[in-house]
Amino acid sequence: MNTQLSGVLAAAKAEDRAALIGYLPAGFPTIDGAAQAVQALIDGGADAVEIGLPHSDPVLDGPTIQTADDIALRNGVRTRDVLETVRQVTAANPTVPVLVMTYWNPVDRYGAARFAADLAAAGGAGCILPDLPVEEAGPWLAAAEELGLATVFVVAPSSRDQRLATITASGTGFVYAAAVMGVTGSRNQVGEMAEDLVRRTRATTDLPVCVGLGVSTAAQAAEVAAFADGVIVGSAFVQRILDAASPEAGYAAVRELAAELAEGVRKR
Amino acid sequence: MSTHALTPDGRGYFGAYGGRFIPEALVAAVEQVADEYEKAKADPAFGAELAALLKDYTGRPSPLTDVHRFSAEAGGARILLKREDLNHTGSHKINNVLGQALLTRRMGKTRLIAETGAGQHGVATATAAALFGMDCTIYMGEVDTQRQALNVARMRMLGAEVVPVTSGSRTLKDAINEAFRDWVANVDSTHYLFGTVAGPHPFPMMVREFHRVIGIEARAQVLDRTGALPDAVVACVGGGSNAMGIFYDFIPDAGVRLIGIEAAGEGVDTPRHAATLTKGDPGVLHGSRTYVLQDEDGQTIESHSISAGLDYPGVGPEHAYLKDSGRAEYRPCTDDAAMQALRLLSRTEGIIPAIESSHALAGALELGRELGPDATILVNLSGRGDKDMHTAAEYFGLLDGETK
Repeated sequence: MNTQLSGVLAAAKAEDRAALIGYLPAGFPTIDGAAQAVQALIDGGADAVEIGLPHSDPVLDGPTIQTADDIALRNGVRTRDVLETVRQVTAANPTVPVLVMTYWNPVDRYGAARFAADLAAAGGAGCILPDLPVEEAGPWLAAAEELGLATVFVVAPSSRDQRLATITASGTGFVYAAAVMGVTGSRNQVGEMAEDLVRRTRATTDLPVCVGLGVSTAAQAAEVAAFADGVIVGSAFVQRILDAASPEAGYAAVRELAAELAEGVRKR
Repeated sequence: MSTHALTPDGRGYFGAYGGRFIPEALVAAVEQVADEYEKAKADPAFGAELAALLKDYTGRPSPLTDVHRFSAEAGGARILLKREDLNHTGSHKINNVLGQALLTRRMGKTRLIAETGAGQHGVATATAAALFGMDCTIYMGEVDTQRQALNVARMRMLGAEVVPVTSGSRTLKDAINEAFRDWVANVDSTHYLFGTVAGPHPFPMMVREFHRVIGIEARAQVLDRTGALPDAVVACVGGGSNAMGIFYDFIPDAGVRLIGIEAAGEGVDTPRHAATLTKGDPGVLHGSRTYVLQDEDGQTIESHSISAGLDYPGVGPEHAYLKDSGRAEYRPCTDDAAMQALRLLSRTEGIIPAIESSHALAGALELGRELGPDATILVNLSGRGDKDMHTAAEYFGLLDGETK
């Protein structure tokens, strides 16, 4: 349970709109520039942010985030830098929930309890752990709960109803509904499978259900906002930075896209 | 050793290793594999069809060969080779592939995907896809497509699509990443025919079971040939499938040493090796908890081996368990020692082994000198070396005049 995260999602709901959640990896485009990039998400209108922990083996990510992770690792990003980026962002934006999205092994290596403690100390709101199934999550959940960190689990179109109930019973903060079967990256179509999954997920929980994977435009954000509590966008932001001529131009492009998407989530 | 520890528990753990660390999108598919495998195991028709394929298509049982001239170089210990190189497609990989291909048909899926390092698992998978009329895509690191070009041609001849993987270290680890990405997106039609005893439960157990035939045959053949069990069983370990296959039925034989040989590349004290059990630490890679070559932050370290099939920074979780329990020993073998063993077997016995299997041969040479002339050593000759002639020719200068 994280009251800051729950509060922000509830406030969006009270305004009869979906929340916008933006993702960018730490260490990208540079170790020091990552906090500026995340600031651009927030300045553009993101209600909450996810900071990715770059990994050598990002099996759930498409080419865009793979490229960003690769750049971040070549920049020499360390786990402690990810936590420092969280600290910088939360210090500058005390009301914005900041989550870390990470593959499990870096947390396992750091020590689950130690990572939870250091994330909480940095002002983090919680973690999304997409390759840690509920069955393996016991030690993490115990540490996170004690520190008031949210643990967001991912559900997929292939998840059966009974399993959805198991997952949502263990998760806190919100439920991350994967819009499509596949890795991260922009797609032309995102709506159809996601709507059914959100409906089935809601039948098992009162937690907000936020939809990610594939959303890159304001029109798609509006489409998803019509049935979800939040819209999660990652690769499209990363792509803006990859395409920019300079880091500053990248941050400006991120801010612009965030503003468009923030408008989108208000057009449900 | 009690027998119950030899079977993973309900969550797929061998002691502290194994489990199922996978994204939610794959949970239903992996559970389907596990359920279907249990049903198939209980179905006599499945067992009969697989047995017939192993006999009439693969050419099992594979022979056991006494290598007298090679043995003379191993301190006179008697070395017996289990000839998996003589299987159809040229390695042990076909045993597991035929089992999983039958399972794929039972699940009603029509497309096979697989990773491959040396190309032997890819060739075997492409072969099964041709035999069963299935579509097939093989992911192979770009570095490996170059050093194992013959196998790329074989896979394409068999009708498979071969995708060179250009991410990360461009070797086996990255081929597995890419296969997982394909599987997440196409799971309705596609089975990921995983090629080693790693990955999420049930793959480590299931792949071992499909390769157990190696050890079952070899144990009976050695007893028949020598009247006794061997002193040691030696096999190379990358992911570890040929080693688990030959080790498993010897585990209850307490007097038989089980020795896995890892690729030490340029040496385990250099950064360029693939000796995961010797130099790695417990972590999570490709769906299970096992030993991993990783840095302080849990990022995977790129491995190196002259052998594409052993060039992997992880290892099957059952090997991690056997190492910690002490039932098996794991030793490193350098690129050079393996290449010298490759040449030695070629010239003393007229058998050209795969570079992967040559690591086991080098291990047997060392062990034979330790154990002396009374010892019997069973070596799993897991594959043949045709695919490696480009690498060997370069290594020994075979194509430009005098050999080294």
